[in-house]
Amino acid sequence: MKLSLKRKIYMFTLKAMMYISIILTTVLVVFLIGYVFYKGLPNISWKLISTSPSFLSDEVGILPDILNTLYIVITTVIIVVPLAVGAAVYLHEYASNKKIVAMIEYASQTLSAIPSIIYGLVGMLCFCQFFKLDTSILAGSLTLVMMSLPTVMQTTLESLKTVDDAYRQGSYALGAGKWYMIRTVVLPNCLDGIFTGVILAIGRILGESAALLFTAGFAHVINGYFTGLFSAGSSLTVALYVYAKIEGKFKESYAIAAILMILTLLINLLIDKIVDLFKRKQVKEKESGR
Amino acid sequence: MEDNIIEMENLNLYYGDHQALKNISMAIRQNSVTALIGPSGCGKSSFLRCLNRMNDLIENIKIEGSIKYKGKDIYRKEVDVTEIRREIGMVFQKPNPFPMSIYDNVAYGVRVAGIKNKARLNEIVKQALIDSALWGEVKDCLKKNALSLSGGQQQRLCIARALAVQPNVLLMDEPTSALDPISTAKIEELILKLKEKYTIIIVTHNMQQALRISDYTAFFLLGELIEYDKTEILFSKPQNKKTEDYITGRFG
Repeated sequence: MKLSLKRKIYMFTLKAMMYISIILTTVLVVFLIGYVFYKGLPNISWKLISTSPSFLSDEVGILPDILNTLYIVITTVIIVVPLAVGAAVYLHEYASNKKIVAMIEYASQTLSAIPSIIYGLVGMLCFCQFFKLDTSILAGSLTLVMMSLPTVMQTTLESLKTVDDAYRQGSYALGAGKWYMIRTVVLPNCLDGIFTGVILAIGRILGESAALLFTAGFAHVINGYFTGLFSAGSSLTVALYVYAKIEGKFKESYAIAAILMILTLLINLLIDKIVDLFKRKQVKEKESGR
Repeated sequence: MEDNIIEMENLNLYYGDHQALKNISMAIRQNSVTALIGPSGCGKSSFLRCLNRMNDLIENIKIEGSIKYKGKDIYRKEVDVTEIRREIGMVFQKPNPFPMSIYDNVAYGVRVAGIKNKARLNEIVKQALIDSALWGEVKDCLKKNALSLSGGQQQRLCIARALAVQPNVLLMDEPTSALDPISTAKIEELILKLKEKYTIIIVTHNMQQALRISDYTAFFLLGELIEYDKTEILFSKPQNKKTEDYITGRFG
């Protein structure tokens, strides 16, 4: 049977539109990454990533910024994971008022869409001034905790919903209490979801600058982790902003951008590996002795 | 006549406005197999779940009347639900082993009960697997993930898991409905063997199965207990017309 002309035109237009969108998105992404690497990679030098900036010789070094970024990521993740997972577990397993749960879910979805500068403002007023943390990595991290809490909570919640109720019932029927059931049967089954949430959160933390401008400050000093927590420190993104916008050092800015991209990629790969390890362990258990 | 281990009086159960069980009074004899039969939605599963208080997990449920286990009401305020569920184990319709190793599955309830000693655990796990006729098939691969077992093996693992806690009563909610005939035969054989040590209450849609394995049979219809008698009497000389219609396949 032959296709009618109308049908042919219809199919052709659809196909063409599809290809155009595919090409557009791919080209955009490739161009972005390519351009940043093209401009940035040649400017990355060992000196750049292994020293502090010096005003005397007017040279830029971004080691403090790299460290600050890592400190911020670590601190935020350490605080946000227990909070978000706890909240999700409470909402899904304990809370009995379905209306309030739905409201909280809706609120958290709204929260994750709020512009980050507003988080920065709230963080500054709340953590820096009210709790007297001044501008510090800790204040910045706490602000980012607020910001990434909804993301991690939502992905955890979604994976909690996928845990088969039969497991819960089986556990109860063996005389397990609620918390024991959650700890042994529910949580191990939603590690995937929690990791996904953490990856998304880390991506957002790495890329965040607006919320940190007000709360974590601009200092480029190399500190140990614990001293660093309570002193001001600029993250890579903030440094990028400062060098590009205020000091006009575009070469270094591009170098920072390239490093940020590489860092994001590395962290994502690392977490992927961890998830893989967990999965492989399970598969191994499945196959051993077969 | 043997002793009664569970006695119910005027048991009523409501899901919201819907009454699922109406004035059920019956007694379960110790060390016997009692089959609950009846068409879908007649309340047999709801009834079964009252006995180990699994219905507590459902919202909007109201239970009236009394259920006495060894002479004591299990719905008293001061009763520890987890204690009841340890005494009265349960096997579900769909095999639901946890996604962990075979060993950990069987040891789960034992660990819940607070037994941590390795040697003791090993012993209990082995005995439970022997009792559930699974030991021969899995003794070399206890570390294997339980989900890699076949459906019938999974169901026997669930039975082993329930037995490991050393309950007195075993509730089975259509334990063979998801299994093939060979696995079903194995489980039926197992039930007959378990009768010596345990009291078994089994919900089944298969009347042949009720006839093969049970000592007593209760026929439920629309939330009412229509007839409850020794299995051979209920199937050969049913007193009630509805029972007769059901077992002869006239409806249901």
